[in-house]
Amino acid sequence: MGRGHKSIETRHHQERDAFFDRLRHLDRRSFMRLAGLSAGIAAAKGLIVPQSFQLVSVAHGAEQRSGFSFAYISDSHLYEQKVNDRFIRSLLRAVDDVNRLSPQPDFVLYGGDLAQLGQKGELDLGAQILKSLKAPVRMMVGEHDWFLDMGARWRELFGEPQYSFDHKGVHFVTLMSVNEKDFWTARGMTPMERMQTVAGLDNGVQSRFEVGPEGRAWLKQDLSRVDKKTPVIVFSHSPLYKYYRPWNFWTEDADEVQAILAPFEKVTVIHGHTHQLLTQRIGNISFHGMLSTAWPWPYAPEGLPALTVQMNRADPFSAFDGCGDGRVDVNGNGLADKLYNLWDRNPVTVRAAYLASNGKSDRPAATTLPSY
Amino acid sequence: MTLRTSALVAAAAASALLAGARALAADPPAHPPPTSASGDVMVGLCDGRTSLELKGVKDASQVTPEQARAVADLLMEDWKKKNPEARWDPPPAGAKVAQASQASQASQASQPARPGAKPPTSSSGAAEVKKEQGANAQSGHTYGSFSERDQAIWRASTEQFVKEGHRVFHDAKAMGGTVAISCDMCHPDASNTHPETYPKYQVQLGRVALLRDMINWCIQNPVRGKPLADDDPRLRAMEAYIYAQRKGAPLEYGKH
Repeated sequence: MGRGHKSIETRHHQERDAFFDRLRHLDRRSFMRLAGLSAGIAAAKGLIVPQSFQLVSVAHGAEQRSGFSFAYISDSHLYEQKVNDRFIRSLLRAVDDVNRLSPQPDFVLYGGDLAQLGQKGELDLGAQILKSLKAPVRMMVGEHDWFLDMGARWRELFGEPQYSFDHKGVHFVTLMSVNEKDFWTARGMTPMERMQTVAGLDNGVQSRFEVGPEGRAWLKQDLSRVDKKTPVIVFSHSPLYKYYRPWNFWTEDADEVQAILAPFEKVTVIHGHTHQLLTQRIGNISFHGMLSTAWPWPYAPEGLPALTVQMNRADPFSAFDGCGDGRVDVNGNGLADKLYNLWDRNPVTVRAAYLASNGKSDRPAATTLPSY
Repeated sequence: MTLRTSALVAAAAASALLAGARALAADPPAHPPPTSASGDVMVGLCDGRTSLELKGVKDASQVTPEQARAVADLLMEDWKKKNPEARWDPPPAGAKVAQASQASQASQASQPARPGAKPPTSSSGAAEVKKEQGANAQSGHTYGSFSERDQAIWRASTEQFVKEGHRVFHDAKAMGGTVAISCDMCHPDASNTHPETYPKYQVQLGRVALLRDMINWCIQNPVRGKPLADDDPRLRAMEAYIYAQRKGAPLEYGKH
């Protein structure tokens, strides 16, 4: 027998292993599609007893115990309908996406920048649309919601922007991380001028985002009663690390905030603002960006975290391309797989194992159309 | 210096259109002319030393283009008398001559200085040119006799064009948008506009496109405006801005 020969048994077991290995890498939606398909084929063949390759177990394998999922929608940048209805249609699409998830997520994170210019009409419209979500909503504030009236209307609608809660053994913290040092008083700006300055990404006049000393004190206090082994998930609109300063893809006091989070064994930060697939790991802290429903942003010319596998550049001829929503699957061990549901494209999942292995395993699908 | 006098300064020195000088009014020149005891309009030349009183004229807006022309000629005569050594080439007929402004000096300060370059001065540079006459260097026409100050003027003119493009790029109304979307919302610092890849076959359009075709495509689609004519100053200015942001990127026309 030649060296290359494999017995029929060996081939069978290798194929079987490869099959189950691939299955573990499926996202939930593809899994359900495939499960339905294989069950259908089995039924059509008149087989009643489940065959060995039919999908009967959950895709995520045995090592992951009772986890849970939450969905996210972020950065919708709504204008009032009479000004522009494109972004409204996008948000409605995301709401439909999330409402179609089965089973429903435990809750939905709204990632900030609900409004474009922080106006009452914009925030009210957004609040009304989010009411049609079936799952409970956790709100986070973005700079576009804040700098017209310094959060007055947003707080009336959604309460205080900084809060924490516990859910199924995980401690969640939502930060107000888009504070800026006063750049407007000295310049004699009106509230709308201030808002429009902050709204411009390439506007160098504004200050850099920060959690600020009060926010950090609050965070320290909040985490003081949390066991260091408890998984912590932080929601922040700004990235909580330093990516690209000129566009405020940046948190000025990121180092201080990270120092507060560092003692915890498992920390995941889910942030908005950057409108792109973005992956970073600093020490024990994993960072994931969120997609925008309104428009994607190009990758910054420098500072891109090494672990980030870029999403393909957007096709401007499709109003939805590069946009989307997504889901976070918190595994039984408290680490999170982050799913980017890119509209009209295959979804991309960035697994906890990819980050934990520092990019050695579970690498997401490669970029075929990188940024210019 | 009032807005009107500064406009006249520009008209005088440039022999240019008053309309062209309007934009300069935002950056007042550094040399205000002396004030007139009788309240007449004073016009200063950009050398900061030569000036002329318009006897009996209180309102600069009443000066006709012909009168402004005459004032410019008088000031120029005066300047030539003070600078007999200057090699003065008259501008070609119909040419517009660029103007130095405060902004040029400020923008120059932020750029790395050329080794051995002298800082810009208010002088015409005539003395320097004269010194160079004896040097062992080939002579030329315009490009044989320019000074640091000339370069500052050219740089300022270019920057002004780019700055105007920056304004239109960031202003939905200025580009004729109807849904409050401006270019910078998707293209901060004109990123991902990749002007260096045009012309190229734009698959979605089914034809070869230039950068301006894509600017107009964006104006028609996400911005929901009307396409700009090829010679529209806003389109030209936006092209200037976009190219300026990609300085140093290698030209790779046709790249996908």
